[in-house]
Amino acid sequence: MATETVATQISFSTDNIDKKRRLLLIGGASVVGGAGVVAIAIPFVSSMSPSAKARAAGAPVEVDISKLAPGQMLIAEWRGKPVWVVRRTQETLDALEQNADRLRDPDSAVAQQPQYAQNVHRSIKPEYLVMIGICTHLGCSPTYRPELAPGDLGADWNGGFFCPCHGSKFDFSGRVYKGVPAPTNLEVPPHAYLSDARLIIGEEGGAA
Amino acid sequence: MGKRLESTMAWIDDRFPATKMWEEHLSKYYAPKNFNFWYYFGSLALLVLVIQIVTGIFLTMNYKPDGDLAFRSVEYIMRDVNWGWLIRYMHSTGASAFFVVVYLHMFRGLMYGSYKKPRELVWIFGMLIYLALMAEAFMGYLLPWGQMSYWGAQVIISLFGAIPFGIGDSITLWLKGDYIISDATLNRFFALHVIAVPLILVFLVIAHIIALHEVGSNNPDGVDIKKLKNEEGIPLDGIPFHPYYTVKDIVGVGVFLIVFFAVVFFAPEMGGYFLEHANFEPADPLKTPEHIAPVWYFTPFYAILRAVPDKLGGVIAMGAAIVVLFFLPWIDRNGVRSIRYRSLPYKINLTLFAVSFVVLGYFGMQAPTPVGTFVSQVCSLIYFGFFVALFFISRSEKTKPVPARVTH
Amino acid sequence: MNTRTVISAFVLLLMPAASFGASVGVELDHVRIDPTNTASLQRGARTFVNYCLGCHTADYQRYNRIAQDVGLTDEQVVENLVFTTDDAGERTKVGSLMFNNMSKDYGKQAFGASPPNLALTARSRGTDWLYTYLRTFYLDPSRPVGVNNKVFAGASMPHVLWELQGWQKPVYETQTDAHGHEAEVMVGFELVTKGKQTPEEYDRTVADLVNFMAYMADPIKVVRHRVGMWVMLFLIVFLVVAYQLKKEYWRDIVK
Repeated sequence: MATETVATQISFSTDNIDKKRRLLLIGGASVVGGAGVVAIAIPFVSSMSPSAKARAAGAPVEVDISKLAPGQMLIAEWRGKPVWVVRRTQETLDALEQNADRLRDPDSAVAQQPQYAQNVHRSIKPEYLVMIGICTHLGCSPTYRPELAPGDLGADWNGGFFCPCHGSKFDFSGRVYKGVPAPTNLEVPPHAYLSDARLIIGEEGGAA
Repeated sequence: MGKRLESTMAWIDDRFPATKMWEEHLSKYYAPKNFNFWYYFGSLALLVLVIQIVTGIFLTMNYKPDGDLAFRSVEYIMRDVNWGWLIRYMHSTGASAFFVVVYLHMFRGLMYGSYKKPRELVWIFGMLIYLALMAEAFMGYLLPWGQMSYWGAQVIISLFGAIPFGIGDSITLWLKGDYIISDATLNRFFALHVIAVPLILVFLVIAHIIALHEVGSNNPDGVDIKKLKNEEGIPLDGIPFHPYYTVKDIVGVGVFLIVFFAVVFFAPEMGGYFLEHANFEPADPLKTPEHIAPVWYFTPFYAILRAVPDKLGGVIAMGAAIVVLFFLPWIDRNGVRSIRYRSLPYKINLTLFAVSFVVLGYFGMQAPTPVGTFVSQVCSLIYFGFFVALFFISRSEKTKPVPARVTH
Repeated sequence: MNTRTVISAFVLLLMPAASFGASVGVELDHVRIDPTNTASLQRGARTFVNYCLGCHTADYQRYNRIAQDVGLTDEQVVENLVFTTDDAGERTKVGSLMFNNMSKDYGKQAFGASPPNLALTARSRGTDWLYTYLRTFYLDPSRPVGVNNKVFAGASMPHVLWELQGWQKPVYETQTDAHGHEAEVMVGFELVTKGKQTPEEYDRTVADLVNFMAYMADPIKVVRHRVGMWVMLFLIVFLVVAYQLKKEYWRDIVK
């Protein structure tokens, strides 16, 4: 207890610091502590991803297409989104070939479809189109417009989908026309045929 | 690079007192150099507050404050949400950890006289934090909507019914918003638990720290370190909070997290103390569990309530047990702060107080028995006796001389 | 004031000793719970869906979660454990919660109260309680369903597992307590009708069932313990580094 002799001496002194060791320890503590912070952040970030409930609800759906007549469309629901299944007529399919120079991406170069649907009809079987019915512009659902040259869509309209929100136009393969706001073709979900009459949406062929 | 940083800092400092605040509260805040084990709990309380706020925010993303959905949504969090179990267990364990840390922090204040002049407001802000914390914990416990949530809230809200002249009944009805605890009650408790009370808590914590840094920290010797300064005005016994106490507190954080996560991962129910067994059954207004006990942190006061054989009397005693703590700075009339330099009667008095608090806590958890009630009555007397005795002992106490400098 | 006494007083406060409140006075038989024993969990799951899920639900638990946790594929779970149908009349999906096909109203009519959800019973009642409860149904003609239970007197549940256990009746003995009062005390059971299983087999069946229910009440337990070990290891490393850092800085402090 030498309180008297050090009466004006403060309780700490930074004169004899081993700077190297100190820097090393600060570095070590920062790395370990930083790793800890990152590690604890993972569960919190991950908790915002789809839960088991959402994943169960987003499971693949089976669709019966046996009653679909040529020219008809049915709408299934997969992961809460509308999925169109259209049975196209032969004329419609023929018309697809003529559209190429009016389309932004006629060869479906942008990966908006599984590989097995990267063709002019954008489907596994030419007759059946399976497509997510959400406009690639801002997420509205386009309408089904199979008629030829209707008053509002012009004389050269040979059937397809029209988005009423911002006027985007797609042909009967869901390929986007030039000069409309939508940037890419409509999306084709992964799908496969369980049999001629049953379609599964949300699952690739191999897995089922 | 260094120049660039400096000029950026200068630019900020001209517009916002960042450096000034950093210096005032950390790098040039001089704290006594002799802090011991008991001085970890302030920073730990802050850590638990952060844990509770962060986990709480993430829980609200999936919790549903609806009488039909609440219980199920908690199980949804526990099973279906990725890592939801971890977030929920951290929150439920954090509630208990908060009280462990705060009780130790308060006891530190008692032992070293940290409530005395000039720190009366530090103490009062602290007591307000404690009150807010109790409200927060109570309302939070209703949210899982289990049997214990429901009936615990029923019992506590009924306490207000003890207020005479018909006022009590109107108040309980108003609090519940229905004739029973119901969806309406759950929804308002949710609002208060996630917004109102946390906001108050954060505000009070800031006030608590500002008040503390205005007058300076006490220490285990109760010595006023500001009395002896060198020519630059630095207290001779003071050391900058940063880096010395930040690095020390990080060690405390390490130890605390080991204990905390040991509970979270290996004993989240803590044998029924942190998560009561009956709370794994959904709330049922028609069926009371056989034995209702509040969570452990309320049980000392619950025991006092039950010790008094009169409804209104019990409620008053319970309230008084908390309110009396606010007046501690004026009940203790002795100038000596630390227990180290106080008299034997004082030490016995404080020891009895601590023991009675723990014993009350124990019996508050048990089903009422004649022996338990008797012991609770004795301990309640000791609890209140502490303050009476302190008032008289402190007046003419034979204290030891307090040194001029802190000891080590 | 001794620091150590204060600490130990607070530690005492935290000692895990709270007991399950229910069924005061009846001694419970202990059952060993092992969430890593997947064979036992699979047997328990089969018993559960066959005998319990007819009336009770467990609809916080998903079927595919069972698959994931007890070492089965989704297809195995669908084939062996899913016997209910969904609203569309198709076999319940593997990602679905464990509902049953009995309406709440029917349950209320048949038993006086709708049979509770069993997903959390192992946590609310305790595993020893369940193990004892499921083994102590005895014939009691005074009860509406003809049986009573040792740990849950007046239970409205019939003895669903009777075809496995058989029927048993209680054995009473007159005992004198410390105050000299004589009283009839149930000391055991006597099997009056044999079941498909021997008493030892039946005990094992129930133990597996309770093991499964314990798993279902806390399905994350195994993962939790595993993650917990890594977290502890990490925190110990962190503590060592933090302590070295503190020691280094505190060499500046003049004693």
